[in-house]
Amino acid sequence: MTDFTPLLSFAGGTMIGLAVVALMAVHGRIAGINGIVSGFLTTHLTQDWAWRAAFLAGMVASPLIMLGVTGQLPSISIPSSPLLLAVGGFLTGVGTTLGSGCTSGHGVCGMSRLSARSIAATLTFMATAVATVFLTRHVFGG
Amino acid sequence: MRLVFAFAFGLLFGIGILISGMGNPAKVLNFFDFAGTWDPSLAFVMGGALLVTAIGYRLVFRMQKPLLAQSFSLPTKQDLDTRLLGGSAIFGIGWGLSGFCPGGLIPVLGLGMSGPLLTAAAIAAGIVSARWMIRLNYGGQPAGA
Repeated sequence: MTDFTPLLSFAGGTMIGLAVVALMAVHGRIAGINGIVSGFLTTHLTQDWAWRAAFLAGMVASPLIMLGVTGQLPSISIPSSPLLLAVGGFLTGVGTTLGSGCTSGHGVCGMSRLSARSIAATLTFMATAVATVFLTRHVFGG
Repeated sequence: MRLVFAFAFGLLFGIGILISGMGNPAKVLNFFDFAGTWDPSLAFVMGGALLVTAIGYRLVFRMQKPLLAQSFSLPTKQDLDTRLLGGSAIFGIGWGLSGFCPGGLIPVLGLGMSGPLLTAAAIAAGIVSARWMIRLNYGGQPAGA
């Protein structure tokens, strides 16, 4: 069980939205995290690489800043085995690259622009994620 | 200056992820588990992010150009092709197995736990593999969105 946290989740969502809007207003870029990671994984160290590296560095630094402000680290609980993390991570990298986006790129940036591609992509990955959890927890697992 | 802003926006995004619960795989997997321990919290993350972005993007696109760039970079593709839908289906399976989407994972890397680091390495391997597949099959560059 995890606690239902509508207020905290909504507040976090608005912060994500603010960051997404700010990156468009200042840099003119979509805040799709997989796209940013993908652009970071290159040997061409251009100006485009630099802002992506800075954005990712800010993300990685966020738990420490939270610790400094609130005095506590976020609680993270990982139910999946290392094997599932590796397989799941690999499929995530393959799928988001072929599908040109992830939860942030399609789910937030694209859907808010009412992009048909992003709406179709988001419905698709949500559906297969639900199906996967149903299979691992209720058919093959538990 | 661009880099300072990019760092600050990444920080804001990351804190939003951590506060919202998107970085906690137990919570993410419970969101997907309608038949079991369902936790609807993440619908509120999506709701909050979409509300702010839908309004904010409308205001931003009234500007001639971004504050520190020449133009807005937006995806131009319109068609629903098999690569989009197939790739998204694969991503959903991966997300359902690990509980980590890319945006949820990166902030958690800052905690230095081994599971997230392993997941990140696997995602990187997946990205590189898919780029190679795309070059073989399509002869084009992957569009990052």
